[in-house]
Amino acid sequence: MPTKSKALPTPEVFDDVRHPMEKFLRMDRLPHIWCSGCGLGTTLSCFTYALDELELTDADVGVVSGIGCTGRAAGYLNLDSYHTTHGRAIAFATGLAVAKPDKKVVVISGDGDLFAIGGNHFIHAARRNVNMTVLCVNNFNYGMTGGQFGPTTPIGQRGTTAPYGNFENPFNLPYLAASSGAVYVARWTSLDARRVKEAMIEALQRPGFSFVEIVSPCPTNYGRRNRIGDGLDELRYYQEKTVIKHGSDPKYADLGPGKEIAVGCFVDQPRPTYLDLYNELVVEKNKFEKPSA
Amino acid sequence: MGKRILEGTHFMNGDEACAEGAVAAGCNLFAGYPITPQSEIAERISVRLPQVGGVFIQMEDEISSMAAVLGGAWAGEKSMTATSGPGFSLMMENLGLGLMTETPCVLINIQRGGPSTGLPTLVGQADMMQARWGSHGDYGIIALAPSSPQESFELTIEAFNLSETYRLPVLVMSDEVVGHMYERVDIDPDKIHTVERKKPNLPPGEFLLYKADENLVPMGMPAFGDGYKVHVTGLTHDERGYPIINAETQQENVVRIKDKIYKNIDDITHIEETAMEDAEVVIVTYGISARTSLGALNLARDKGLKVGMLRLVTVWPFPESIIKDLAKNVAGFVVPEINLGQIVQEVERAVCGEAHVKSVPHPGGEIHDPRVILSAIEEVLAHAN
Repeated sequence: MPTKSKALPTPEVFDDVRHPMEKFLRMDRLPHIWCSGCGLGTTLSCFTYALDELELTDADVGVVSGIGCTGRAAGYLNLDSYHTTHGRAIAFATGLAVAKPDKKVVVISGDGDLFAIGGNHFIHAARRNVNMTVLCVNNFNYGMTGGQFGPTTPIGQRGTTAPYGNFENPFNLPYLAASSGAVYVARWTSLDARRVKEAMIEALQRPGFSFVEIVSPCPTNYGRRNRIGDGLDELRYYQEKTVIKHGSDPKYADLGPGKEIAVGCFVDQPRPTYLDLYNELVVEKNKFEKPSA
Repeated sequence: MGKRILEGTHFMNGDEACAEGAVAAGCNLFAGYPITPQSEIAERISVRLPQVGGVFIQMEDEISSMAAVLGGAWAGEKSMTATSGPGFSLMMENLGLGLMTETPCVLINIQRGGPSTGLPTLVGQADMMQARWGSHGDYGIIALAPSSPQESFELTIEAFNLSETYRLPVLVMSDEVVGHMYERVDIDPDKIHTVERKKPNLPPGEFLLYKADENLVPMGMPAFGDGYKVHVTGLTHDERGYPIINAETQQENVVRIKDKIYKNIDDITHIEETAMEDAEVVIVTYGISARTSLGALNLARDKGLKVGMLRLVTVWPFPESIIKDLAKNVAGFVVPEINLGQIVQEVERAVCGEAHVKSVPHPGGEIHDPRVILSAIEEVLAHAN
């Protein structure tokens, strides 16, 4: 049982301190809507630091998100950003990616959006190996709508629509991504901010469909209903349970209360992208002109 | 580079003509999912787009097809999808996203008999109200109805032009008979006019994504990577594109996307008149039903009956004022359509009791027998005399 965190001192307010990654943020949209203790702020920060380290600019990267708490990420990033319909971020991103092969398309969305309503688009974009990076913030429930159970909620855990505990088998996301054909698959928790950033950097550098799962606290809904405590308590829980297992078989990376949280890079295996094959087997073979970028 | 415009005279069906129209209009991305009776569009365009530097992508369903088309449009490409009834239903979600985000693109529906799986291989025109109201919420929409392969070619180009001019997904509401009918199609490059996407008139920082001009249409549309750092959302948004969740913004945003169509209805509307000079009874119809109605009109004229026809090339926005004005001077209207009475409701609304309105419904599976339409004409005349 995690220990209860101590009361935090009131932070001093520094008016002259700027966010170091301000260039990637729509400052006029902040503060964000996310709850204190949620992992989304960390994830968004990690993403901006990853862009910075790769020296990418708004000319190189666009972000697409679906609906939900994570879906709001696109709105805070000072990039071309597209906040689409529930579950359809990957499908929208597919259109962007095939029309702009020289740019990075990043999908940032949640577990419910990407794997329940959007599950079909995820597996097919991975199968086609469309050039995009998918970042999934997995908080094990539908936070925006009030804490219903979702496709990653472990058995026995509660949600507002699982009042007697969830009895459905959840998805193991790295295993699903790997078996669908993703060229890069990693998982970290939002506690490991540096590792999250590094995984994002690696994912952004891989041509084709790359996937990073970021396990994240939801103290307002999932954490509260399942007596995990506040955001810090959940991070302590991650610290206790995290085991780094680079290169291990993601089949055994399923998550559940009390179980170890297997993290690391599970897959890093290049294969030709959708457009590589299109250009090779359709365009070059028939001596057509390459799709205009 | 392959030719975008297949100059010359061809023998092709309506579906193929839609595909050729799209390529001629500058379409560079087609995302679709196989469905009868539209598959010939996807098949034709999967041959043609790679020849002209475009991309054909077969998606996992119609939901993703419509989403990918919107993504392609925001990447700066003219984009299109095509489907039929069941797929049209699935596209309603992202059609709404396209309307809310004012995304130019084209959606073709080769209508078959419904509801549900209905009559996959046989004709219907029963998606006309879904075309107007199918996605949730309020908006204006443009829907064109071709009645021949030649017109399938021309109206697909026109749909792209209207989508760029008024910044919305434009519907081409064809049907199985027009889609599968083979006829002569003349393609003359001199007669093809295309409208290109309006780019922002101001540099990044000064440009507002949804600031509208005097026609209520946004001033320009930057593509992904143009440096404008756009934020595009299906949430109710202000001129910057930022979500604002309140009644005032809803008023500005949603009323404008409806009004931009109705303010420009005269420019959008395209109606074809036949034998209207002395008409006492007017057939109001569209698509394949206009072809059968022409047969009825000829039968009626042979009998000395004064009948004319208004063919709605543009079905939505409905040309309410034209029908309303006409109602004062004619005995009545006959509205044949391959559904149980959809557009006839619009005619009744416009006529507002000023003249008799007779629906000629058909549940689908075949086109009307012109003699049935003739009987309706005679009934309206008997009612008037």
